[in-house]
Amino acid sequence: MSTGDTVHDAHAGDTANEDGSSRRYFLIQATSVVAAAGAVGAAWPFVSYWSPSEKAKALGAPVKIDISKLGPGEMLSPIVAWRGKPVFVVHRDADTLASLETDTDMLADPNSEMAEQQPDFAVNAWRSERPEYGIFLGICTHLGCSPKYVVTENFEDSGQGGFFCPCHGSKFDMAGRVVKGVPAPSNLEVPPYRFESDTVVVIG
Amino acid sequence: MQQTNSDSKQGGLAGAMSWLDARFPATETFEYHMSKYYAPKNFNFFYYFGWLATFVLVNQLVTGIWLTMNYVPSGDAAFASVEYIMRDVEFGWLIRYLHSTGASAFFIVVFLHMYRALRYGSYRGPRELLWLIGMAIFIALMAEGFFGYLLPWGNMSYWGAQVIVSLVGAIPYVGPDLMEWVRGDFLMSEVALNRFFALHVVALPIVLLGLVFVHFVALHHVGSNNPDGIEIKKNKDENGVPVDGIPFHPYYTVHDIHATVVFLFLFCAVVFFAPEMGGYFIEKPNFEVANPLKTPEHIAPVWYYTPYYAMLRAATFPLFGLDAKFWGLVVMAAAVVIPAILPWLDRSPVKSMRYKGKLSRWALRIFVVSFLILGVLGVLPPTKEYTILAQFCTMLYFAYFVLMPWYTRVEQTLSEPERVTE
Repeated sequence: MSTGDTVHDAHAGDTANEDGSSRRYFLIQATSVVAAAGAVGAAWPFVSYWSPSEKAKALGAPVKIDISKLGPGEMLSPIVAWRGKPVFVVHRDADTLASLETDTDMLADPNSEMAEQQPDFAVNAWRSERPEYGIFLGICTHLGCSPKYVVTENFEDSGQGGFFCPCHGSKFDMAGRVVKGVPAPSNLEVPPYRFESDTVVVIG
Repeated sequence: MQQTNSDSKQGGLAGAMSWLDARFPATETFEYHMSKYYAPKNFNFFYYFGWLATFVLVNQLVTGIWLTMNYVPSGDAAFASVEYIMRDVEFGWLIRYLHSTGASAFFIVVFLHMYRALRYGSYRGPRELLWLIGMAIFIALMAEGFFGYLLPWGNMSYWGAQVIVSLVGAIPYVGPDLMEWVRGDFLMSEVALNRFFALHVVALPIVLLGLVFVHFVALHHVGSNNPDGIEIKKNKDENGVPVDGIPFHPYYTVHDIHATVVFLFLFCAVVFFAPEMGGYFIEKPNFEVANPLKTPEHIAPVWYYTPYYAMLRAATFPLFGLDAKFWGLVVMAAAVVIPAILPWLDRSPVKSMRYKGKLSRWALRIFVVSFLILGVLGVLPPTKEYTILAQFCTMLYFAYFVLMPWYTRVEQTLSEPERVTE
């Protein structure tokens, strides 16, 4: 078999030698596969480089919130940030909790059926682990403005407060559930959290 | 019109190619530079380094762009941002070590690439301009390395730049003012850091890419030299193809892939196991932030500048009323630039060392050895004995060039073959 040592041998192998051309085909394929694997391997660090760094991850670590001084009907102030996003913590009274179970006609997704908007533990009428404490990311699901907490005026038929987005008028009830007929497509997001004790909640 | 009609009937890839070729010389360019570029068939080991230099250049560009994404060019934050890249950014250590090791690898392959030219007379006509463009690339590369070395803002970065910028101050009359202008301050400071950053990441890469492009264009116009130093274009077949030439693609593309794999084994071994190379690639004092009040105990430039640095220090006496410091600058600058005039110094009837006489062979050997000794001396602290040795080697370095018109003419040369030898 031609070894392709010189130009002339290689050309002869190209046209006349069946074995030579299939071997060449195999070598080209094998080289291409190895090269493709190498390219993916080489690209890996360059792609990973864009992921959140250890510093960003550290800044995105869970945050602890003390809720011992949060009275019924109040929202925690100043607003705490988790991964740079405002976290709304509201203490709902018995009246409000009762209303959340009954006043659902005005809501687009009263049963929290969009799974990505909350952890499993918050798929209930209060969208929370403990009914009295509602915890939401204060970012409107329309275009990312931060809604206002409204208690003083009754902005819906329920007679309860809620969250009102000043940018495009989206409204959410006291469980962060979006009202029908506003631009926002889904309920406010509930971040992952757990209660470390009765007065300290860990977000993240 | 006829042409376009028949083209439009072709489908698939062939149709797409002819559509493209009617609007952009894609096939033509590929053929001119690759599949119908005939390179001598007798290339040897030394002909790998042109491609490897291109490969390392791409590595430097890509890793450099990635480093820029997290590097902060300010006096307060530069050092910390490099440590941030090393510790906190995903694979940041790898990208940085690829860049820092790549800098050293660049000089290794470029020195071997240039040695190849000395060995086989590649600087001789008709390749004088190719050689001059190459020298411009070398000088731009040295500047690029120098500016880049300041950016980590370590103490060796700082004082290395301080020493080299102070050389400007050695120029008579205008020196001190010029030095202040270069630094933009009364000392090396953030101002210099910022302008070095701009030069390192924007200006010089553009210059380098432009020069590399014209280096390729000039090379493919005159054709590659070869270890026999004879012109393959003098001996063509009936189709105008050099008899001793083979198409660059696929013969040398495959050849160069092989070289790249071997190179990457060595390169990755350094990147993964010895990225600091015992303090030669990344110097120990550079793990400490720049401190204008504290000079490291022993200042040495990175290894690829040490031969020139040794020659700078070898100038220890005043001459013609000008002080030693100025002469050091002159000697160093001359040492960098003098190879540019090689095409006009070499008077030999033959190009390759294979057919040159004993004098040329010994001259090249002595030149290489003196360059290596100077490289070693450049990292050692100067003592009286070392300085004398450096002065001696500096003389030998320049003798290679200055005496070349004489020794290339008087020596007995062998006759060149008609065809390249296998």
